[in-house]
Amino acid sequence: MDFVYAFLVGGAICALGQLIFDLTPLTPAHVLVLFVSSGAILSGLGVYELLIDFGGAGATIPLPGFGHTLTSGVIQEMEANGFWGIFSGVMENASVGLVAAVVIGLLVSLLFNPKG
Amino acid sequence: MILMAKLTREQKAYKQWADSRKPGPSLGRNIVVAYIVGGLICTLGQGVLNYFVSQGMSPKEAGGPTAAVMILLGALLTGLGIYDRLGKFAGAGSFVPITGFANSIVAPALEYKREGYVLGVGARMFQIAGPVLVYGMSTAWLVGLVHWLIHK
Repeated sequence: MDFVYAFLVGGAICALGQLIFDLTPLTPAHVLVLFVSSGAILSGLGVYELLIDFGGAGATIPLPGFGHTLTSGVIQEMEANGFWGIFSGVMENASVGLVAAVVIGLLVSLLFNPKG
Repeated sequence: MILMAKLTREQKAYKQWADSRKPGPSLGRNIVVAYIVGGLICTLGQGVLNYFVSQGMSPKEAGGPTAAVMILLGALLTGLGIYDRLGKFAGAGSFVPITGFANSIVAPALEYKREGYVLGVGARMFQIAGPVLVYGMSTAWLVGLVHWLIHK
């Protein structure tokens, strides 16, 4: 069943992105910025955690999930190490994804050449 | 615009009539395709997540490795020229999942490769990922501040 919920939740988030993209003059970059920030705020309100409990990867794979990863790290670090966790916490959980994106992105860019 | 000026009144009227009947990209079609493609990418992500959980990780621990695998997939498909074709077809269904984040890094890096490895690949990688990180990190920082002010 977790596959069905991942499909439903993940699809719904992408459909919402398409709706915003089609009905406003925003570019994909604007939609992504809006989504990552919304995810970070919804995470602070405790809402995003509920969405993950229900949708699993359907909530973590779309970009608002990255916003949640950022916020959850900050709150976790501030609760464990006090105020200065506000800086160290931002990358606490997000570092895997970010470093993977930079290193793999670079490797693939070196290996391949533009198509057409 | 020069071409427009040369049209006779009849041609203008015809052009208006023809344009009004041109099948525009339908909103309904775009949303359904974005839902299905985005949903399928997340379903694949759930499969990867379940694999890491079956190897003894908690779902929370498995989040990072799952993201890394999906990023690898998105980056490779971009290198092969497949992801950009998917993007034209699926819109937000392809750019909202994290595979699309990988695409947003690799696509401009490849496009500007001939400008060199520093100012081409290195700088352009962050054309879209940069704003996402700037606003994502700053929002998370602010949310942390508010959370701390409320709970201390």
